[in-house]
Amino acid sequence: METTQLSRNTNTSKIDCIRTVTFTINGQSTQLQLPPWVSLLDALRHHLHLTGTKKGCDHGQCGACTVMCDGKRILSCLTLAVSKDQSSITTIEGIADNGELHPLQKAFIEYDAFQCGYCTPGQICSAVGMMQEGKAQNRAEVQELMSGNLCRCGANSQIIDAIMEVYIPETHE
Amino acid sequence: MNNFTYTKAQSTEEAVAGLAKNSQAELLAGGTNLIDLMKYNLQHAEHLIDINHVQGCQTIEENSAGGIRLGALVTNADTAYHPLIGQRYPLLSKAILAGASAQIRNMATNGGNLLQRTRCYYFYDAHAPCNKREPGTGCSALEGYNRIMAILGTSPQCIAVFPSDMCVALAALEAVVRVKGPAGERVINFEDFHRLPADTPHLDNSLQAGEMITGIDLPEEGFEQNYSYLKLRDRNSYSFALVSVATGLKLSGDRIDLARIALGGVAHKPWRVKEAEEFLKGKTASPENFTKAADLILEGAVGFTHNAFKIELAKRAIVRNGIMALNPSETQRPGAQPSL
Ligand SMILES: Cc1cc2nc3c(=O)[nH]c(=O)nc-3n(C[C@H](O)[C@H](O)[C@H](O)COP(=O)(O)OP(=O)(O)OC[C@H]3O[C@@H](n4cnc5c(N)ncnc54)[C@H](O)[C@@H]3O)c2cc1C
Ligand code: SF4
Ligand code: FES
Ligand code: FES
Repeated sequence: METTQLSRNTNTSKIDCIRTVTFTINGQSTQLQLPPWVSLLDALRHHLHLTGTKKGCDHGQCGACTVMCDGKRILSCLTLAVSKDQSSITTIEGIADNGELHPLQKAFIEYDAFQCGYCTPGQICSAVGMMQEGKAQNRAEVQELMSGNLCRCGANSQIIDAIMEVYIPETHE
Repeated sequence: MNNFTYTKAQSTEEAVAGLAKNSQAELLAGGTNLIDLMKYNLQHAEHLIDINHVQGCQTIEENSAGGIRLGALVTNADTAYHPLIGQRYPLLSKAILAGASAQIRNMATNGGNLLQRTRCYYFYDAHAPCNKREPGTGCSALEGYNRIMAILGTSPQCIAVFPSDMCVALAALEAVVRVKGPAGERVINFEDFHRLPADTPHLDNSLQAGEMITGIDLPEEGFEQNYSYLKLRDRNSYSFALVSVATGLKLSGDRIDLARIALGGVAHKPWRVKEAEEFLKGKTASPENFTKAADLILEGAVGFTHNAFKIELAKRAIVRNGIMALNPSETQRPGAQPSL
């Protein structure tokens, strides 16, 4: 819970700091009362119980916490929830369309693109962002632009296979 | 992370006034460095002023001097992929895209990139003595594990390196930093922006308390024909540089009319040696001449227990990057390997 973040204190009391944050999460308008030091990641997991988004390192180094914010992939662990007031956030819970899995989700299953699955929500959200950015032209560039998502199980080559299947099907062999 | 209050500034005036009102306030841009350091309790703030929405710092535009002004709050990704930057300053695009990850570049801003702190392990270890974090406590890196540390411009107080990739290109391009503070606006030449540690290693740069960066001006010359950014590191992506080189050349045939070479990963600031650039003027763009320039650039370099390899690595990187700059359409493709 966010109380783990209350270690070193200033004179500022928590009550004085609470702010109202309104954002759209997976298409639903949502309002939270939060102190400003709560990360978007903790707001999603602890306050909204959307535990699909994972906390790997909590320091920007692994990509497990990747979500889409106003159409861009970002790291929710280094984002203050209050700074995303009025934004639209999509998490792994919002990737499927009315129960129909997203093509990337299907491809991850088809290609065995995970073992423990801990990095998977971040990988998929990141791949959604990578595809929308549209900068990668080939496998090497997809790999480069997906390098912010680490997989400790070593499913990386299947992950890239799955993404290539959806992103550039014709060049995938 | 400590408790703090939070406001959003709508203008640079509001941000600067906020800093003037509370000396314990910090500006929040992309947060990729500040929030990280606050989570480690290495940095504290009573108040955060979110500047992501300030007017006047959100665009990339041609300036009156024939160059380009980069807004301080434009993200690193939007800068690297901006058509004007891709066409006129591809060296800058290439350097930015060599740094961090796609997600971080979507968050990180141009102003924040200049102000990121060192990645020295001991700076990040609250239990270790560190003159940069706590002046007067000593430098753990001197006698410790110093593989990633500096070989140029060090002092007995601090041997940390400044880790930015973007700034290596900005140094080669001779960018100018625009700053606003309580006393009004001023400009700082890039070579004067970051400092050497000397006996005040807690100061990374020449920004004064209460000042904010509003933009970065790029001069007209962008070296769009002949440029290369080479980043050497332990893994090929999402890793800080051991050594990096930004090279821009103006050529007449194979003769060099103008050369700029800046090194990253070797010092407390992007490292440039003008004598080496002067030496290359009028010379053939050959490995022999780049080797002589590399010797000039690395003059005075001193290695520590684990990083002496950087001296030779930097020399070779300068030579290789000089040759790569002759043919950027081949060597600078995204995803192109750093080999020749
Ligand atoms: C895992 C990881 C890997 C990384 N790898 C690389 C890499 O390979 N190469 C590289 O170059 N970088 C790398 N970075 C660093 C990244 O580029 C920086 O963290 C980023 O550029 C900082 O910008 P920001 O907008 O997020 O700054 P913030 O974190 O918001 O701010 C940093 C500091 O600057 C101050 N500040 C911000 N904007 C202004 C302004 N306009 N005026 C005055 N003060 C301001 C803040 O108060 C704060 O003190 C990496 C970061 C992470 C987390
Ligand atoms: S090198 Fe600088 S940052 Fe690292 S421990 Fe020494 S004083 Fe601190
Ligand atoms: S949890 Fe955010 S990057 Fe690792
Ligand atoms: S599947 Fe286990 S970390 Fe990627």
